[in-house]
Amino acid sequence: MSEPIVQFKNVHKSFGDVEVLKGIDLDISPSEKVAIIGPSGSGKTTIIRMLMTLEKITSGDIIVDGQNLWKMEKNGSMVEANQKHLRSIRGDIGMVFQHFNLFPHMTILENCMTAPIHVKKEEKTEVRKRSIQMLERVGLGDKLDNYPNQLSGGQKQRVAMARALVMRPKVMLFDEVTSALDPELVGEVLEVIRDIAKNDDMAMILVTHEMDFALDIADKVVFLDEGVIAESGSASQVIEHSQNERLQSFLSRFRN
Amino acid sequence: MDFTYWSWDTFLEALPFVLQGLGITIGLTFSCFVFALVFGFVWTFLQRIQNKYIKAVVTFIMEFIRSTPPLVQLFFIYYALPVLPVIGVTLHPFVCAVIGLGVHFSTYIGEIYRSGIESVDKGQWEAATALNYSTKDKWLRIILPQAFPPTIPMLGNYFIIMFKEVPLASTISVGGILFMARTFGSEHWAYLEPITIVGILFLLLSYPSALLIKKLEKKINHRFNTSVMTKNTNA
Ligand SMILES: Nc1ncnc2c1ncn2[C@@H]1O[C@H](COP(=O)(O)OP(=O)(O)OP(=O)(O)O)[C@@H](O)[C@H]1O
Ligand SMILES: [Mg+2]
Repeated sequence: MSEPIVQFKNVHKSFGDVEVLKGIDLDISPSEKVAIIGPSGSGKTTIIRMLMTLEKITSGDIIVDGQNLWKMEKNGSMVEANQKHLRSIRGDIGMVFQHFNLFPHMTILENCMTAPIHVKKEEKTEVRKRSIQMLERVGLGDKLDNYPNQLSGGQKQRVAMARALVMRPKVMLFDEVTSALDPELVGEVLEVIRDIAKNDDMAMILVTHEMDFALDIADKVVFLDEGVIAESGSASQVIEHSQNERLQSFLSRFRN
Repeated sequence: MDFTYWSWDTFLEALPFVLQGLGITIGLTFSCFVFALVFGFVWTFLQRIQNKYIKAVVTFIMEFIRSTPPLVQLFFIYYALPVLPVIGVTLHPFVCAVIGLGVHFSTYIGEIYRSGIESVDKGQWEAATALNYSTKDKWLRIILPQAFPPTIPMLGNYFIIMFKEVPLASTISVGGILFMARTFGSEHWAYLEPITIVGILFLLLSYPSALLIKKLEKKINHRFNTSVMTKNTNA
């Protein structure tokens, strides 16, 4: 097996006195699709926010492509990472948010083009071409000059995915990207994710309550419960052969 | 017309005299406003420093400036500053007025900036981080373009409020329209006409400005909601 692209090593996270993640160990290989499932409040969002550097870790290590994300070497000892260090690694990671977070003052196309141009300093015409291709891929080739507030939730979320993909991350994070959508719009977004999962070789970490979907596309399913990984393995292992009672009762809630 | 107290002759004589001060009144308003706009940034910046001691000191100073009458601040800068040892400086009255009124209003302007910045959704910061923006680009490309437009109407209102406070400067002998009216009054022993002229001039200037700002506000709302909805769609 190849070197993991992401490794969590005994990662702990507390908010004040409350420990919400109690020692997470997780390896993700370069093109692996990982679904994180678990009850509300179990710490799913926190895990991927720490990887996106939106939340500091309390202890442990997160390794991204061989580099320690939250720590750096300084005069021979490991110290807390500074902005420069975080920026040097963060480019490998992209994220799609529950509430889209598109930039309202930019058109759809500008939303996709801004970061490759201003962050990665890429050439504008190439970025434009790639952004248009990506927007066509998510089915929005006819909306390039629209502003986000002209779109439906499902369309916004597809733009958000295109915006993240144009940056060519090695790891893509999805935090319940369909849970803010009207039910009839969920399908179109899941279709795009399925397309990405089947055709792109980056690693993906999905937090989702769309159980059937997750089990369908995931190489690995991680069941998080009260801040620990209670079960982890292939979809069939976790779903069909797990003896874990809390997992069984959690899953039963999704079976009509 | 035959008023006992009112004389059209005096009125016509006072009018050009008072008008001589108009340039200074308007110039002072703009100068104070620009000063306050720039200095407002300083407050906003200081308030964002994540240190509770600095924060407490900054808040105290801002509160202090805001709860002291601008007239007292003007007098302090004009009369008291020159007699202080070490820092004692005598400034031109116009400069005193710009600093005094400018600093006073900058505390409000800073508050407006702050509200603009805070009105930007937390998700915008997170999306900018996720796309790996530098701190500078986050501000310039994502946050400020969203924070600034909603503050324009509020800033416009402060412009008009400042315009109406500017006559305070006549007390430190800045020769605006009110100062000219008082000078005319004391020379001719006729106050009604020149002061009436001052009132009319303020009405003539501030009412259209208010309308203009209302219009601007509509335009901004329009740009940020409706016009965006109808902008042409084509690749
Ligand atoms: N900024 C914060 N400050 C304090 N507590 C927090 C913060 N963020 C999360 N928590 C707490 O941490 C725990 C884990 O939260 P997290 O959002 O990771 O759960 P989750 O598994 O994503 O839940 P859900 O399915 O409801 O989204 C919760 O108990 C939550 O209240
Ligand atoms: Mg969550």
